[in-house]
Amino acid sequence: MEKKKEKNSRQPMPEQLPELRARNFDEVPYGYSPETAVKEAKRCLKCKKPGCITGCPVQVKIPEFLSLIAKGDFAAAARKVKETNALPAVSGRVCPQELQCESKCIVGKKGEPIAIGNLERFCADYERENNLVELPEKSASTGKKVAVIGSGPAGLTVAGDLIGLGHAVTIFEALHKTGGVLFYGIPEFRLPKAIVEAEVDFLEGMGVKIEVDSIIGNIRTVDELLSKDGFDAAFIGVGAGLPSFIRIPGMNLSGVYSANEYLTRSNLMRAYLFPEYDTPLIFGRDVAVFGAGNVAMDAARTAMRLGAERVRIVYRRSREEMPARAAEIHHAEEERIEFFLLTAPTRLFGDETGRLIGMECLKMELGEPDESGRRRPVPIEGSEFKLDCDLAVVAVGSGANPLLTKSTPGLDLNKWGYIVADPETGKTTKKAVWAGGDIVTGQATVISAMGAGRKAARSIHQYLTWGW
Amino acid sequence: MYKVVRRDEIVPNIHLIEIEVPGIAEKAKPGQFVIIMPDETGERVPFSMSDWNIEKGTITIFFLEVGISTAKMARIKSGGTIYSIAGPLGKPTSIDNYGTVVCGGGCYGIGAIYPIARAMKEAGNKVISIIEARSAYLLYMEESLKEASDQFFVSTADGSKGTKGRVQEVFAKLIDSGEKIDRSYFVGCTFMMMNCSDITKQYNIKTMVALNPIMVDGTGMCGCCRVTVGGNTKFACVDGPEFDGHQVDWKEIFERKSVYLKDEAMAYQTYQQTECKVSKV
Repeated sequence: MEKKKEKNSRQPMPEQLPELRARNFDEVPYGYSPETAVKEAKRCLKCKKPGCITGCPVQVKIPEFLSLIAKGDFAAAARKVKETNALPAVSGRVCPQELQCESKCIVGKKGEPIAIGNLERFCADYERENNLVELPEKSASTGKKVAVIGSGPAGLTVAGDLIGLGHAVTIFEALHKTGGVLFYGIPEFRLPKAIVEAEVDFLEGMGVKIEVDSIIGNIRTVDELLSKDGFDAAFIGVGAGLPSFIRIPGMNLSGVYSANEYLTRSNLMRAYLFPEYDTPLIFGRDVAVFGAGNVAMDAARTAMRLGAERVRIVYRRSREEMPARAAEIHHAEEERIEFFLLTAPTRLFGDETGRLIGMECLKMELGEPDESGRRRPVPIEGSEFKLDCDLAVVAVGSGANPLLTKSTPGLDLNKWGYIVADPETGKTTKKAVWAGGDIVTGQATVISAMGAGRKAARSIHQYLTWGW
Repeated sequence: MYKVVRRDEIVPNIHLIEIEVPGIAEKAKPGQFVIIMPDETGERVPFSMSDWNIEKGTITIFFLEVGISTAKMARIKSGGTIYSIAGPLGKPTSIDNYGTVVCGGGCYGIGAIYPIARAMKEAGNKVISIIEARSAYLLYMEESLKEASDQFFVSTADGSKGTKGRVQEVFAKLIDSGEKIDRSYFVGCTFMMMNCSDITKQYNIKTMVALNPIMVDGTGMCGCCRVTVGGNTKFACVDGPEFDGHQVDWKEIFERKSVYLKDEAMAYQTYQQTECKVSKV
């Protein structure tokens, strides 16, 4: 009886111990061994109508790649995933599988679902680490040129798809490193930068040209790319890229960062390695992070790794509404991050030099549902209390950065400044211009940006073949 | 990597660097800046552009060696390279015919005020340029600025050349002599821009200053460069860098600029020590 139970249960992911990893930047999960992967893959029931695929934003052929892993053909499994998902090593690590594929898994109805994300990561890592990545065959050159603006998950997907179809592709990236949010946003301990670099190298190996330091809108406009530089189509995947702050006194005190700034300093600029790298970062002792999404978890866990004594997540709603992936919340708790739920900051205090030294918070309770469908937090009168903190990170979301859109006439925006694009094709209101990812949907997931990229690539290919 | 066509210490501790970057040279406008990383481990640091040449495809910057990034830049030889440069960034200066315009510069701002003076003159303004330095030997670009201006004044703190004092003192003198000034522009250290704004406020003369807070990406993505202007939070990188000097919360700018002073000093010292070892090898 005991044996049977063990056979059917989900294989746990081996991980660094919380007390160790909370002070280093190495990746938290070690990944499955081949034996564990085979065992886990064999749990799949090979449903006739696989629910998992419908739960996946890019419809990865999950039962097929699982059965290849079960047979021990790991590289073939990776190639199967790549048929619909350009960046499996990334999505295996950062997708919210518990809300997507794994939530639809039949095995999960009774016990724990198949660890699809862990297996996706496993086969992609196996392929890469054993140098089994093959450059796919490219179609004959079409003589068409495509400009991809932004090198995040959407842009990388578009570039990979179109180069394979024989089009010439140039990616324009504003920063000095390629990968967008995969590079500047997601920390090393969750997504090692070597993986992002390997994906980018792969694209370059396929012939994709990458222009870093290229802020489209400033150095070149979209119109110039299309009319002067000989590009036949352009894809805009520049991300949301405008940090939101909270309207409370003290937001401009020194020691208050947007999550974008905090994570960019740490991840892109490698401030966690200061002074080996030149960019400094406030290593807070008593840290408050506002918000409870993945970005907030990343910031909180980064602060812990940089030596904080205590790190608090301050969130005005309750645990149920926390938008972060379950695994990130779990990891954060294991790493001694404290959760101050149903708590809203009302003001921040500084010393005479303008440095943050504390904050005032207000207790909340849940009222009626608001327009987002989540129960609205309502302040409890007289519940104010004070906390010490010397570093605060604001992770309450992003808005639309207007740098590119305001220099692009003919591109319709919605009332929040996001680009209006057809959800099925990514076509914008401007001829020969597509858009996808956070600059269309607002802040969302890596996988949905990749999904949008894939659809746009298909539509761009059609346009380059048949016309608008 | 980008080629450094020329790098010269033109006066003690102030350097000129001319970088080959045709795309930026083609688009550069007065009042705009670039972000430079001297090498792969470097910081992203904003610098005002002083000149650009479309034919040569180069831009020119003046900078003061104050920390590790500028120390690294100051050691690049002509013909060498820098790791990263992005731009042109920020809103350009609104160039128009305002009448009489004062352009004041100090430190790196002597170089940075030049394209503004030149464009203002081209737009038909009467341009009065005023520059300041601690002493005569620290003045540079005098000929070019003189050429770009209708009137040109120099001030030195020690009185070794021109008026003894600073830009604001020359400015006050001009007003006292009956000069009618319609607008003023100041580029230099924060302290200089604040002092100049204080003076012009007394005379109620519209004043623009080019703020120079700490930045990271320079595209509005991080919010590091937030400043308070007229009670509202602005991002200097995309909403500026030029703002109404009378509306700026100067205290906050000083505070936010001094956050990393200790780290900056440490990094600079460590760099100088390593550099020392290298030169002995």
